[in-house]
Amino acid sequence: MTTLYEEIRPEPHGGIPVRRVTITVNGEKRVAEVEPRLLLAHLLRQGFKLTGTHTGCDTTNCGACTVLVDGVPAKSCTMLAVQADGHEVMTVEGLASASELHPIQEGFKDEHGLQCGFCTPGMMLTAKALLDENPDPTEDEVRWALSGNLCRCTGYQNIVKSVLWAAAKMRPAAAADQDGS
Amino acid sequence: MSQALDEIKIGGLGASRKRVEDNRFLRGKGNYVDDIVLPGMLHMEILRSPLAHARIRSVDASKAWDIPGVRLVLTGEMMATRNLAWMPTLSYDTQAVLATDKVRFQGQEVACVIADDPYIAKDACEAIVVDYEPLPVIVNPTQAMAEGAPLIRDDKENQHDNVVYDWEVGDKAGTDAAFARADRVSSLELHYPRSHPSPLECCGSIADFDRSTSKLTVYMTTQAPHIIRAAVSMVAELPEHMIRIVSPDLGGGFGNKVPVYPGYVASILASILLERPVKWIEDKSGNLISTGFGRDVYLQGELALRNDGKILAVRMHTDADHGAFFSDAQPSKFKIGLMHSAFACYDIPYAHLTARGMYTNKAPGGVAYRCSLRVTEAMYFQERMVQAAADDLGIDQAEFRRLNFVRDDDFPHRTPFGFLTDSGQYGKCLDVGLQAVGYENFLKQKEEAKKRGRLLGIGISTMTEPLGAGNSREYDILGIKMFDSAELRVHMSGKAILRTGAKTQGQGHETTWAQIVSHELGIPAEDIVVEEGDTDTAPFGMGTYASRSTPVAGAAVAMVSRKIRAKARKLAAHLLEVSEEDVEWELGRFYVRSARDRGVTIQECAMAAYSNMPDGMEPGLENNAYYDPPNLTWPFACYIVTVEVDPQTGVWDVLNVVAVDDCGVRINPMIVEGQIMGGLTEAYAMASMQFITFDAEGNCVGSNYMDYLLPTAWETPGFELHEVVTPCPHHPIGAKGVGECATVGGPAAFVNAVMDALKGTGVRNIDMPLLADRVYEALTLRHDVSGAPPVKTDDA
Ligand code: FES
Ligand code: FES
Repeated sequence: MTTLYEEIRPEPHGGIPVRRVTITVNGEKRVAEVEPRLLLAHLLRQGFKLTGTHTGCDTTNCGACTVLVDGVPAKSCTMLAVQADGHEVMTVEGLASASELHPIQEGFKDEHGLQCGFCTPGMMLTAKALLDENPDPTEDEVRWALSGNLCRCTGYQNIVKSVLWAAAKMRPAAAADQDGS
Repeated sequence: MSQALDEIKIGGLGASRKRVEDNRFLRGKGNYVDDIVLPGMLHMEILRSPLAHARIRSVDASKAWDIPGVRLVLTGEMMATRNLAWMPTLSYDTQAVLATDKVRFQGQEVACVIADDPYIAKDACEAIVVDYEPLPVIVNPTQAMAEGAPLIRDDKENQHDNVVYDWEVGDKAGTDAAFARADRVSSLELHYPRSHPSPLECCGSIADFDRSTSKLTVYMTTQAPHIIRAAVSMVAELPEHMIRIVSPDLGGGFGNKVPVYPGYVASILASILLERPVKWIEDKSGNLISTGFGRDVYLQGELALRNDGKILAVRMHTDADHGAFFSDAQPSKFKIGLMHSAFACYDIPYAHLTARGMYTNKAPGGVAYRCSLRVTEAMYFQERMVQAAADDLGIDQAEFRRLNFVRDDDFPHRTPFGFLTDSGQYGKCLDVGLQAVGYENFLKQKEEAKKRGRLLGIGISTMTEPLGAGNSREYDILGIKMFDSAELRVHMSGKAILRTGAKTQGQGHETTWAQIVSHELGIPAEDIVVEEGDTDTAPFGMGTYASRSTPVAGAAVAMVSRKIRAKARKLAAHLLEVSEEDVEWELGRFYVRSARDRGVTIQECAMAAYSNMPDGMEPGLENNAYYDPPNLTWPFACYIVTVEVDPQTGVWDVLNVVAVDDCGVRINPMIVEGQIMGGLTEAYAMASMQFITFDAEGNCVGSNYMDYLLPTAWETPGFELHEVVTPCPHHPIGAKGVGECATVGGPAAFVNAVMDALKGTGVRNIDMPLLADRVYEALTLRHDVSGAPPVKTDDA
């Protein structure tokens, strides 16, 4: 927001107190004033305009809203924005660089791991957390790791293949990392 | 010397081209309705009825109005003053937008709040006080038909009972006579439970009425934007050219996003009243309890059989539970959709079907949930019945099917209900499936396992189904004929933009339509942009559902490309300075018949259309095509499932799933296989866990994802896919519909497999879903288990 001009908003409705939160989102420090009851998913989507994080349910079942909080998958519909204060959040927008897709994204494209694309951001972030921990998962391990994320389109088989594709692609790098440490 | 183009390399027909839409979805840059933000936008929430049937004594919204940030509260009474309390459905009934007199199902829309943000709108909904007088509740057709049953639709003149329709089709006398001649009769009775398509994305809209231009723009989760425009024009009494419906990226549809919902209408009215954009995004429970469900049909029927296994006739009766309003989306001519496509793959001389529809105190719908208008119920009954009859006769279930299949040389074949099937290799598909699953071997294994107390089962489902409504002679929605359209504009560089009247929801039209153009014109697929869903730019079409896009819009894409090619031929003749008759076509290029080397590319023709056209020729290279298919397309499929049932618990595990689909020519095999796997998963879901039911008070059991179970990656089995290709004889590129086949034909394969494992126990039917407790009950008590509502709840 420019400092040259800014609309002065009237007092928040009903005198509800707001809290200031500082969250590192995709490597960038973001500051926001939020109502304590605001969900993290809504802050990301409406506040930070990162609409790649989707919401597909109201009961923490679908996983479309999955983001990584300090590297761990979290359902951002079930976390208050204030709970993310001081933490690092990664959303789907943080996966690719400007020019290159992340191997997981490449895998989803190559193995046709998405149809409508609504579950895809959550699936990919859950997959990333899995591969960060376990660079060489079995099919069953992938299926188990993804079992908190629903997909209505693909029947999962191609999603599983996508993740395994990405694992294979990332492995030399992962191995090199381990050698170096 | 130019080389002929390699069609696969340019992304033409048959290429497993990677999807272009993925580029934005993978980066989180899709553009779903909830992603759209307009300046000054307000937010709407809906207050829903907690009761299934009750008279509304009063609605007091004064406390809601008092909440800071609330801009408008809409109630039924306010809608009524604008003649908007009721709206027409797509099946010639009416549906309440906001309830005025009564609520007729749990979750019905009672009031709407429009506020500065969605949280305030939700708060305000809770502050609205509605005084209800509870009424007796009806949750199934038997209750609806009972003597003295309360009248649900007392709003309708001349409606004195709860019957929506009473309908029949087929040859009653011929069928009766065939039954009289039969050696034996096999019968079956079952309930296909209510299910919800439940796309991951819920429904929603942003209505934006601009007073200065009088134009209404609505961004909306709809599979059929043009139909919606017609409906909005009717309901809101706005002229059609002042309405623009935009369906952006959709997070799945599966038939759920075909009907007109009260939320859309209320957001439109709110925007008109407030002169600001109004966004409504449904929550999941709202989606599950109020929007278009699928199925909920009670089916019974019988087959007249000869001892040698020949089926002589079929008799069927269906009682469909339509909920409180008849808001199916279906052709107006057929009251129970295409239920009478049942048994189309079998050579049966006589058939008769009677069908009744009933109002109940449940959500309205009856939409084509990954289904061509009730074919899912039809094929489920067909394949369950066929297995039961084979068992009754003591004939092997594969052999019994083969015995009764329409033979390859019998096409075109008139089904006993009057459809015309035109092609197929049913026996071959079955063979491929049996071979893949290792049929004989499995039967031996099964016998072996039985000796050790283990229960293995194998289920087969074979079916052909009618995809691609219409032709316009027989198919219309609200009188609008079911054709479809495409419009192609080739720019001077030979790159192009294609628009169609269909609307993708994950099927990958942006990728596949370009492949059809590529096949017809030789323009590389990557040079073609595809756009759908905006009624201001897209040609009029009926939208995407019932697997009709490839059969109808896809055909229109081929036809418009051919029109372009015809004009390009004239341009080529001009450029080559020969007469048109001397010009030959090969992919991407015209050449002089007598001198193959002398030619011009389609791109050169495109340039000429803007820079060097012959005298008297209209400039430009664009056209459109409206395609009215001569017949439906008839894909065939064979699904085979093997399972093991645990007799101690009733839990069953899927061992193997084999799918053989004959959907004609495959435009993009990768996408086709993706569709089949998605369909198989929904089949497995319905067979194993996914259903919506109701308790005696009409409370919806399955109103959220904790109660409405959907399979995850963990439960979902793996799939083995095979294909047989019989091109559709009348489709321009020989393709047939496919998206729904596995959902239509699949459930019976899973259920037949479990029933096969239970063979010999005397159990004839367990209703889907085959929950472990139902299977256990059937196994131990040796009786059929029905899951029809009302169900007992924990506190009942
Ligand atoms: S939106 Fe479904 S789990 Fe978060
Ligand atoms: S791709 Fe549509 S929900 Fe997964």
